[in-house]
Amino acid sequence: MNSTVNAEAQADAGTGTTILIRGRRVVPGVAEGEALVTTEPISGWGGVDPRNGTVVETRHELRGQSFAGKVLVFPGAKGSSGWSAQFHVARMMGTAPAAWLFNQMTTKVALGTVVSHAPAMTDFDIDPLTVIRTGDWVRVDADAGLVTITRK
Amino acid sequence: MRLTDAEKAMRDGEGGAAVAKAMDLLIRYGEALGAEALVETRNVTGTVTATTPFMRDFALERGGMDAVFSEFSLDSQEVVQIPKVKAFSSHLQLGFDPHHPVEMGVSEEMVRFYKKSEAEAARLGVQILNTCTPYQVGNVPTRGEHCAWMESSAVVYCNSVLGGRTNTEGRESVGAAMLTQRIPDWGFHRDEGRRGTLGVHLDMPVESVEDWGLLGYWMGDWVQDRVPVITGVGAVPNLPRMKHFGAAASSSGGVEMFHLVGVTPEANTAEQACGGNKPLEVRHYGPRERAATLERINANGTDRQVDYVMLGCPHYTIEQIWEAAQLIEGRKVHENSALWIFTPRAIKEVATRNGYTHIIEAAGGKLMTDSCSAMSRAVPPGTKVVALDSAKQAHYLPAILGLQAWFGTTAQCIDAACSGRWSAP
Repeated sequence: MNSTVNAEAQADAGTGTTILIRGRRVVPGVAEGEALVTTEPISGWGGVDPRNGTVVETRHELRGQSFAGKVLVFPGAKGSSGWSAQFHVARMMGTAPAAWLFNQMTTKVALGTVVSHAPAMTDFDIDPLTVIRTGDWVRVDADAGLVTITRK
Repeated sequence: MRLTDAEKAMRDGEGGAAVAKAMDLLIRYGEALGAEALVETRNVTGTVTATTPFMRDFALERGGMDAVFSEFSLDSQEVVQIPKVKAFSSHLQLGFDPHHPVEMGVSEEMVRFYKKSEAEAARLGVQILNTCTPYQVGNVPTRGEHCAWMESSAVVYCNSVLGGRTNTEGRESVGAAMLTQRIPDWGFHRDEGRRGTLGVHLDMPVESVEDWGLLGYWMGDWVQDRVPVITGVGAVPNLPRMKHFGAAASSSGGVEMFHLVGVTPEANTAEQACGGNKPLEVRHYGPRERAATLERINANGTDRQVDYVMLGCPHYTIEQIWEAAQLIEGRKVHENSALWIFTPRAIKEVATRNGYTHIIEAAGGKLMTDSCSAMSRAVPPGTKVVALDSAKQAHYLPAILGLQAWFGTTAQCIDAACSGRWSAP
């Protein structure tokens, strides 16, 4: 049977365990999907290819991986001011993330998530990078300020 | 977010549908940031023209240039009629040089479409500067002036060197700012957002353009998007050095502002730059850090046969074109190599009057405008290895085009163009 645990105790949480964390709404809405987690900031222009929704930055740990339809969990945005335009085009091409969870607020990530129209959250009670692992199933309810993580 | 009566009126449609869409986006964006209010701005730089097949097709399907501005500059899926801009607005660099469509691999049809889009931008009142360095050609913010600028290298220059106040905006927020003269009052618009929090002390002289690029690349990688305060600065760096330094720091990290103690306008002292606080951490930059950074930038350069040399990232100053012309005068670009130099069109006019365009072209190089290889994804046919004097371009070209990149001084780059080889260590 699945059980809900305190996020601080998540390190030992096994398959099927449900974890809750709370944060602030950045972009309204509710979405869910598989988590894609990186501890490295993401570049927009020159860092991702919106035609196929992958990271292309040479030295990035996610290079070659797709964020399309995923819940992207990352520290924040870096690089060119083309950040929002890349994810704007990704939204139009159907390759944008399903939802966004990040720690560091910047104008790049604020505008990029706004124009992606996908729910986004920040300012968490527990750092999502320490709780969520790639492959976990994550439900983002930005309106309620609630992230529900189901360990794969 | 708190709105003034004038802002509420714009939101409610008093200025027309496009202004209402612009205000709606600014409210969504401001609330995402957690901003409490908007601030007035009369200085916007951004991109509104259409240079990609994706936008051309969108315009054809959805109703022309108003549809492009509505979607890509206002995030409005409803097509609204776009009025003339209210704020003084400067256009940034493009996805190609309209004067060199063949080199850029762009069809005549795409150039015709772009020209329509440029004419529309001009009709709206956007100045067609078409450069990543608006501060070179007629848009030099004054200290304290609230701006809404895109282009990370221009943003860091505006904040740090000029003392203007801007966040790194995007295509949609500058579109909205052009129509409303508003932008969220957040980050670098506020005194507390401009204070330094980290320290960098120079243990070695940092003098050449290459030196400043390496320092910037190293520093950006460490500080990411925090504000560094640099002490131990010797010779005062000039425009090309500051331009290259900021561009490098905003590529390896997200640096939007730095303070050079004794040089930049909000850093008479380290204490002032930090707003009376102590930096959270201070790191030292010396020969070891410099060498490691050079090695890191050049990490994917293995083949020493250089197919292409690109200069002008950010767009070259007239001083840099003068230097390049002196370095190449009387020499020839190697038959297996190519040299493209990028600058604002207004500066190319000066270069032509001074004879530099002729010198560069006589050597077999090209002086180009409006764009660069990273923006255009255009390089000479068959290029596998490129040499660059810009850490920013060396950061982006391998990622965007899968090229090997060598980074060095302008003189090393000109030598590579003329010999077809990278012979620096």
